Amino acid sequence: MSDLSMIEAVLLTIITASTPLLLAAIGELVVERSGVLNLGVEGMMIVGAVMGFAATQATGSPYIGILAAMISGVAMSVLFGFLTLNLMTNQVATGLALTILGLGLSGMIGEAFIGQPGISLKPIAIPGLSAIPFIGPLLFNQDILVYASYGLVIAVYFVLFKSRTGLIIRAVGDNHGSAHSLGYSVIKVRYLAVMFGGACSGLAGAYLSLIYTPQWVEGMTAGRGWIALALVVFASWRPARVLVGAYLFGAVSILQFHAQAAGIGLPTQFMSALPYLATIIVLIMISRNKTLAKVNTPACLGKPFVPDR
Amino acid sequence: MRIELEKRAEHSQLMTVISPLIAIGLTLVCGSILFVSMGYNPVEALYAYFIEPLTTSWSIEELLVKAGPLVLIAVGLSVCFLSNSWNIGAEGQFTMGALAGSIIPVLFYDFTSPLALPLMVLMGILGGMAWASIPAFLKVRFGTNEILTSLMLVYIAQYILDFLVRGPWRDPEGFNFPESRIFDAAHVLPKIGEGRLHIGMIFAVVAVLVVWWMLSRTLKGFEIKVMGETPRAGRFAGFSGNGVVWFGFLVSGGLAGLAGMAEVSGSIEQLTPVISPGYGFTAIIVAFLGRLNPIGILFAGLLLGLSYIGGESAQVSLGLTDKVTRVFQGMLLFFVLACDTLILYKFKFVSNAKGVKEAANV
Repeated sequence: MSDLSMIEAVLLTIITASTPLLLAAIGELVVERSGVLNLGVEGMMIVGAVMGFAATQATGSPYIGILAAMISGVAMSVLFGFLTLNLMTNQVATGLALTILGLGLSGMIGEAFIGQPGISLKPIAIPGLSAIPFIGPLLFNQDILVYASYGLVIAVYFVLFKSRTGLIIRAVGDNHGSAHSLGYSVIKVRYLAVMFGGACSGLAGAYLSLIYTPQWVEGMTAGRGWIALALVVFASWRPARVLVGAYLFGAVSILQFHAQAAGIGLPTQFMSALPYLATIIVLIMISRNKTLAKVNTPACLGKPFVPDR
Repeated sequence: MRIELEKRAEHSQLMTVISPLIAIGLTLVCGSILFVSMGYNPVEALYAYFIEPLTTSWSIEELLVKAGPLVLIAVGLSVCFLSNSWNIGAEGQFTMGALAGSIIPVLFYDFTSPLALPLMVLMGILGGMAWASIPAFLKVRFGTNEILTSLMLVYIAQYILDFLVRGPWRDPEGFNFPESRIFDAAHVLPKIGEGRLHIGMIFAVVAVLVVWWMLSRTLKGFEIKVMGETPRAGRFAGFSGNGVVWFGFLVSGGLAGLAGMAEVSGSIEQLTPVISPGYGFTAIIVAFLGRLNPIGILFAGLLLGLSYIGGESAQVSLGLTDKVTRVFQGMLLFFVLACDTLILYKFKFVSNAKGVKEAANV
């Protein structure tokens, strides 16, 4: 029994470590499916983290914090959208600018909150289901953002692949010229996708500062935004694979803590570097397989759309 | 009222020069708004931030100390960016250059011959190149996204530095502080002037001149620009895409490594867990503000160097948080990118009513 509860404890920490990656990656997947590459995930995420924390401290309600995190993520994504979609700036450079700005802003806003104990979001037990041994606490006694992450994966899958809206988003991402000729507003679709990605990144940030470690630490995203971007490539732009990938990465980053606790004789820094190393290895494995890498990549990814009249 | 962009027939020469200036102006305006919102007098704050540091010879030397690594790294990045390779991991290459350059002063501190410093310079460059060659190799061999790999390597490099400084390279007489031993005088770059200014700034100026000459006067420079703008045309001309990727990454990695070596040997004189205030990322802004032109980068490096000094100075004189520096830097990059649009496009203000009428006439 104690073995089982040990496994359960490990699995619970894996869910906690995976959820921010999953939230950010599922948002970016939609953005990239619409043909936009937003490298600013890390920046939107950390602003979401600090705004979520600040709003929670100010109001005492983590739900208002979550809302504030989403709004700030959307606000930053609109800035990105204006530059890349209206002014047709380089998407790579603009995404980087968003990250640099976000890291700066979060550091400035967060300075007042360093060392303050946060308010954590409590899990919501689903009546009945949460009483199932082992599975119940794992799947049905989680906080609202874990449920939201599952909901988002399912919703994104159905919208992208089973609905007309999804068809339009994918058309815009694969061939903006044709989509434009058919009368769809490429810019509008991309704006909405970018804003959805911003909201998801903000949520991922809120997860970090309200649940993962309920406090504000400067630079607390620690590259998770970039790992989320790698996850989208890993998933070859498929929602279900994002779920699998996020949980694999969550497991890798949890592994390091348990390896340290078990006294495995590797330097702690090596274990801490493991998620980043794993990201590189996974990227290599994916890109080695040329057909796999090519088949789902939105054809217009990263290309600016210039409407010709 | 709508804004429409109309493509210019040619790049606007005028806008190429003034668009970075407009960007700086917009950053100052937004910066003032930021200062007001934080409850500071914007004139006082801007003065403390951008003018005060220029009033003493001490802080002008400090400015050059900060500008040196920025210019070195950014000049290398410009080669990479021009060829359309995205090396975002200069911060990691900087760290690895610093580590490789520190092998002699930390492990062979008895080796104090005049050869030691040139060897350290060489090892710094090689360290940066080695780290940059990983994303280059992966991109060329497997087509792996170099943005993500070079960035992941930044985190790994920082953990390697942390491991060495807290572990095997820790100063045995350092009272358990996570620091290496202080470098011997033979392992410290010669100083210029009275303060901390060292010959790293000269490395930067030399790099600017060499890269400027390479880009504007040699076939290699032409190849880089052609492969960056129209790779198809470049391939018809017989240029190798992979060769350009390698070249860009090795140049930018080598210069970032040199900057890292110069920073620890010239400014810090020992290894500590944190050796860079984000030079590798700020250099990306420097490269774009300088319009990927070495001479422009020299000026941009001085301005961004000033933002670091200004942050410190405003912290001392106004009690303003130095975190504002990063915000300024981020805003500047945003405005630089936005103003670049002016080079390729003309803005046309169209009122909605007129737009409808035009549409009706068509």
